[in-house]
Amino acid sequence: MASKMEETYVHRKLEAHKPFSTKQFFLQWEWLLVLILIGVMVLNTLLSPYFLNVTSLRDATMIFLDKSFIVFPMAFIMIMREIDISVGSTVALSSVVMATAYNVLGMPMEVAVIICLLVGALCGLLNGLLITKFPELSAVIVTLATMILYRGIAYIILEDQASGNFPEWFGFFGWGYIFGVPFILIVFVIIAVVFGLLLHKTSFGRRVFAIGHNDVASKFSGVNVNRTKLIVYTLAGVMAALTAVFLASRMGSTRPNIANGYELDVIAMAALGGISTAGGKGRLIGTVIAIFIIGYLQYGLGLINIPSQTLMIIIGALLLFAVIVPKVKEMRR
Amino acid sequence: MSTSMMDETLPTNIEKKESKLAKIGQFREIGLLVFIVILVIAVQLRNSSFLTLENISDMATNTAILSILAVGMMLVLVTRGIDLSIGATLALSGMIVAQFVSNHSGTSPIVAILMGIGIGILCGLVIGGLVSYLGVLPIIATLAMMNIFRGLTYMVSNGKWISSYQMPESFVGIATSKLLGVNTLIIIALIVYAFAIYFIGHTRTGRQIYAVGSNPESAKVTGISEKKVFIIVYTLMGGLSGLSGVLWVSKFASAQGDTATGYELSVIAACILGGVSIAGGAGKLSGVILGAFLIGILNNALPLLNVSPFWQKGIEGSIILAAVLLNVMVKRGVERNNLLKRRV
Repeated sequence: MASKMEETYVHRKLEAHKPFSTKQFFLQWEWLLVLILIGVMVLNTLLSPYFLNVTSLRDATMIFLDKSFIVFPMAFIMIMREIDISVGSTVALSSVVMATAYNVLGMPMEVAVIICLLVGALCGLLNGLLITKFPELSAVIVTLATMILYRGIAYIILEDQASGNFPEWFGFFGWGYIFGVPFILIVFVIIAVVFGLLLHKTSFGRRVFAIGHNDVASKFSGVNVNRTKLIVYTLAGVMAALTAVFLASRMGSTRPNIANGYELDVIAMAALGGISTAGGKGRLIGTVIAIFIIGYLQYGLGLINIPSQTLMIIIGALLLFAVIVPKVKEMRR
Repeated sequence: MSTSMMDETLPTNIEKKESKLAKIGQFREIGLLVFIVILVIAVQLRNSSFLTLENISDMATNTAILSILAVGMMLVLVTRGIDLSIGATLALSGMIVAQFVSNHSGTSPIVAILMGIGIGILCGLVIGGLVSYLGVLPIIATLAMMNIFRGLTYMVSNGKWISSYQMPESFVGIATSKLLGVNTLIIIALIVYAFAIYFIGHTRTGRQIYAVGSNPESAKVTGISEKKVFIIVYTLMGGLSGLSGVLWVSKFASAQGDTATGYELSVIAACILGGVSIAGGAGKLSGVILGAFLIGILNNALPLLNVSPFWQKGIEGSIILAAVLLNVMVKRGVERNNLLKRRV
């Protein structure tokens, strides 16, 4: 472990002093992603005449960007060599609580939205607490259990009912424009920038990378590993709740079974974006491109009536592709 | 694992601060059994139709499939892995076999079962290859393959169901027929247990699985091929899922695209309740079978107690979480007791 750390450290140092090399620059994972994105665009344009125009491309973002909020904290979690598969259930639970607070408890919608975010934060906090207080347990098992639990609570609250009838202004989250730009796209850009700065420009982000490289060494270097993990898991919960707000707004109602399987999409987006599942590596710019790849792929194939089950296969294959390619590269070396 | 168990049985006269939880933990199977008995009595008092012969045999046949899968999942968990794709593998093998027998009504049930196992083994081999040769994390590999297998199931079926009237009598008979007065499903489950007892305890490969799980580094030094173990474990899991697919379709007399969605969670829950350590290396067959029975009884009893079906998931989630946490507490207690002994 230590030698690996040293190696990467030396590698980093060398990298910093290396003169700029055009070849190295274009060999980065992100350029491959750009190529794939262009490929997806070309494919979609060839397949459907309705795909390539500004309105279509702009409005498609309203459909696929909601889950992308979770991708950023998921990237943090994966960089720390952990995982969270409860995010889909967190979306369901927080949106169900929001709808219940508004429809059954008669709270104003503004309060309901805040409660939604709080529920998400609580779900994330519980994940984080369980993972940090019981280090013997893997994050897989903890979030697997809370995944069943959160969705179970959502079912207990709403049974198999849908809950909607939100006030008109609430629809703005999902369908609103500001100066012709979808509101969700603006929020997405803000969140991407904030998380990007957090990961790459702050000491908090350095701590996340350090934990991913070697959590024991980070602990002895004075990094509060548990607090960092707690914050990141809570952030994942909050972002899942934000997804719930946008999703409920777009659909006009919510049910306990919404956001089923979001965890796969989110993990696939993060992995395709170059976040290493072995921890310690990744850049958020890649995940942003990956979000648009998967989003436009889903949208475009939806336009030509490819069944959603086929999309499942494609996303599964993309996820495998994203994790296998770096491994093969490593083996060659 | 075995040494800590030996330590526990040594007579000691240290009483101070010994964790009581750890002592209970030693008798995990007995504890589970007592819990099951209490649960059964409680349910029976509330609803007298619980302990009827019909309901018991129904429960046992339902639990048979769960426990077959739990045996495979135990081995996967022992190697510190996880397999989320088994529900999808089960559906895929069930769907393909159901389509085959509906077109070839003369197919012998044994051929159908072997076909299902074959499909499952293929699925398992893919996952095993990903995990061992390409070093993909089990959770990522099985999450991806879960979607691929599930998508393939829909593609193969074109979204259509295969219903009982399309299946030959002999095929549906796999789950309804009786051998010596015992339902065939239960007999198949017993065969799987017997095979597992032999494989885990009395073959070199079986022991290697536990060696890799409890300490991968020393297993490697001893010359055990980790890759081989991973391939075997996931292939076995796949084979058992394929077998379960045939049994499932035969039992419910219908094959659908969404067959057994989320069933992997129940299987993992059964393993955790049965005391399989998620940190790898530990897990007993007896515990896992009891865990499967506990889940089976709960699934059967909740509707009988007029508990809303919508509570089922929440209850299941809480039980898994509680079992996992209890497991950790017991382990911590055992370790503390061992330390206390060493001090003397």
